[in-house]
Amino acid sequence: MAGVNSTRLGANKDRENPFKHNWLVSSLWLLVVCYIVYSFNAMDLSLGRISDGLGHASDLLARMVPPNFSRWSLLLSGLIESLEIAVISSICGIFISLFLGLFAARNLMPSWISTPVRALIALCRTFHPVIIAILFVKSVGFGALAGILTLVVASIGFIAKLFAEAIEEISLKQVEAIRATGAGFTSIILFSVMPQVFARFIGFSTYQLDSNLRNSTMVGIVGAGGLGGTLFSAFQRFDYDFVAAILIVIIALIMFGEFLSNIVRHIFR
Amino acid sequence: MNAIDHHWQRFTLKQKLSRYAVYLVLVMAFVQSIQSVEVIPEFLLDAPEQMADMFSRMWPMDFAYYPVTVHDAMIETLNIATLGTLITLIFAIPLALMNASNIVSSTWCHWISKFFLVSSRSVNSLVWALLFVSIFGPGVIAGVLAIAFRSIGFVGKLLGEALEEVNMGSIEALKATGASWLSILLKGYWPQVLPAFFSIVLFRWDINVRESAVLGLVGAGGIGVVLDDSMNLFQWDRVAVSLLAIFIIVILAEILVVNVRKRLI
Repeated sequence: MAGVNSTRLGANKDRENPFKHNWLVSSLWLLVVCYIVYSFNAMDLSLGRISDGLGHASDLLARMVPPNFSRWSLLLSGLIESLEIAVISSICGIFISLFLGLFAARNLMPSWISTPVRALIALCRTFHPVIIAILFVKSVGFGALAGILTLVVASIGFIAKLFAEAIEEISLKQVEAIRATGAGFTSIILFSVMPQVFARFIGFSTYQLDSNLRNSTMVGIVGAGGLGGTLFSAFQRFDYDFVAAILIVIIALIMFGEFLSNIVRHIFR
Repeated sequence: MNAIDHHWQRFTLKQKLSRYAVYLVLVMAFVQSIQSVEVIPEFLLDAPEQMADMFSRMWPMDFAYYPVTVHDAMIETLNIATLGTLITLIFAIPLALMNASNIVSSTWCHWISKFFLVSSRSVNSLVWALLFVSIFGPGVIAGVLAIAFRSIGFVGKLLGEALEEVNMGSIEALKATGASWLSILLKGYWPQVLPAFFSIVLFRWDINVRESAVLGLVGAGGIGVVLDDSMNLFQWDRVAVSLLAIFIIVILAEILVVNVRKRLI
């Protein structure tokens, strides 16, 4: 027994400690700490200001607390406009990205079509919706139209990109089989490509519908219509009880939207 | 002989009906919205002219403006995004642990963490920024906290899902040695979720760089403040410089994240 034990001990000495100290990782964490100290200094953040703010926060929450629904008609009209923006922009965006996604797929299209379409999609993705909203507010004026155009651009950037990637991953055997029957281009798309990617397309679309619903309550901050405008003006007039009411409505709306898109996803599975 | 039904259908009747119902509801919602939305047609007709006007005012960009204000504001924007992402982790990691059903088994904990994660995601970063501007006053701190609070939901949800996919074998082995829960977390779960953790954090950082660029529009610091000022003064040549700077930073951030993720995974 003693001999067995001693050989085991010897083996343990030779074996590396599985949990040994990794200097690279520690130095990375040190770097993170240094960065935090640097950025607090660079941006003039101090604990005094933060504790000062926390006092204001309790004040703000106290003023928010009974949420004020007395101006419900204003709230409702903003809500309806947000919903309209979300619905129109999602449907237009989904429809346009269906085609753009097909054109951007490199396994179906020659590169002289797919490259410019991909560049267009990338351009739609780069800017935050709010910046696009500013440009549209300048060009089509205040109101829901600017919001709709903004969210169409945002939808194209998301759905068309992912849809093109989904098409590039399909199995080409089915495409070949349909082509062997002498089918035309439209039939190839409809009967060999679409059945393979349609479920994923619905997934992206419902996700974007959700995200358009969220963003439609936000583009109003720069004047592009919807509940965001109401929210922003309530903030500027310090009507924090009305702000609380609007926030509750927005959260309820988004949860309802998630519920609906779960149902749609379930149907199309 | 049994007759074989040669009529093949891809979907059952119920599936078909529910699909058509979805299409019908979508079309009805679309028509209803188109009819009732307030769009002023004159504005739409005017749009190409206004667009051309905007671009002609933007064109000779005011590059001299870049070193004066834009550069510092851009650094501030990057700092807001990075610090916001780091602060998120303080809140997101505990919530992710609470949300993972293989770590905490109480349903109450799941509901509490779900509530926080969903409300963090439902409120847009601009709205968070508005809230924090009214608490801390205009400035960087509101931007950092807006980014941090907005990201909690995203990081917490994805990290929680990554934790649930962990291979339980090594966890059980650690438990069998009598390791404390802290060592189980650090030596069992942490090494397994490490790649997922870094890719989630990097992905969120990339999103945060985009978002922090607009927070200044409501007074929360960064390049948005510069953008807002020059827009209010109708200095479109300066707006163009700021937009170009944002564009370049966003592209660079994306390239960086893609390359780092390739190395990690």
